Amino acid sequence: MGVTKEQVESSLNSKLNPSHIEVLDTSGGCGASFVVEIVSEQFEGKRLLERHRMVNAALEEEMKEIHALSVKKAVTPEQWKKLQESNQSNPAA
Amino acid sequence: NTIRCSALTPELKSTLDKVVTSNKIVLFMKGTKDFPQCGFSNTVVQILKSLNASFETINILENDLLRQGLKDYSNWPTFPQLYIDGEFFGGCDITVEAYKNGELQELVEKAMCS
Repeated sequence: MGVTKEQVESSLNSKLNPSHIEVLDTSGGCGASFVVEIVSEQFEGKRLLERHRMVNAALEEEMKEIHALSVKKAVTPEQWKKLQESNQSNPAA
Repeated sequence: NTIRCSALTPELKSTLDKVVTSNKIVLFMKGTKDFPQCGFSNTVVQILKSLNASFETINILENDLLRQGLKDYSNWPTFPQLYIDGEFFGGCDITVEAYKNGELQELVEKAMCS
């Protein structure tokens, strides 16, 4: 049995307590593959590598079966707010 | 609690220590720099090439023990894995992000000059 998008979401929710989360199933027939976007206060003061390690650790069980995982964004709520604002002020980008 | 067997033997660990410290930039990847066999690995190869970095690649598809052992060595579950100046830098997403914000170029230049 493969890993579902719901499983990935629930593990991330319970371990990283995100204020925003988006999990995309991108498996194109070669097995479980996901793109993750996650906003959490727990990323505060952590470098990108550490943040990605936290995501990997939260999905330790799932990683055994996940074929590909892409952490598109691992940001703090503050960074997320800035990203949203810059997207709005620059809709063409 | 299950006991997890590690593929990272002391011999493999000391070999990897040598590999990552005797090369400025090493990429453990699926395939080779001339023939990447996975999109994520290819992305990192293209980024390094565009920065004019000289780097070594090691094909983890050719050695399953190496492939398993590296996951423990780097504490990182997937490939590619990029090492700069003897230190684990990250996988594909981290490399792309650092490339975009200029951090990678800085590190690569520093490594090439050191």
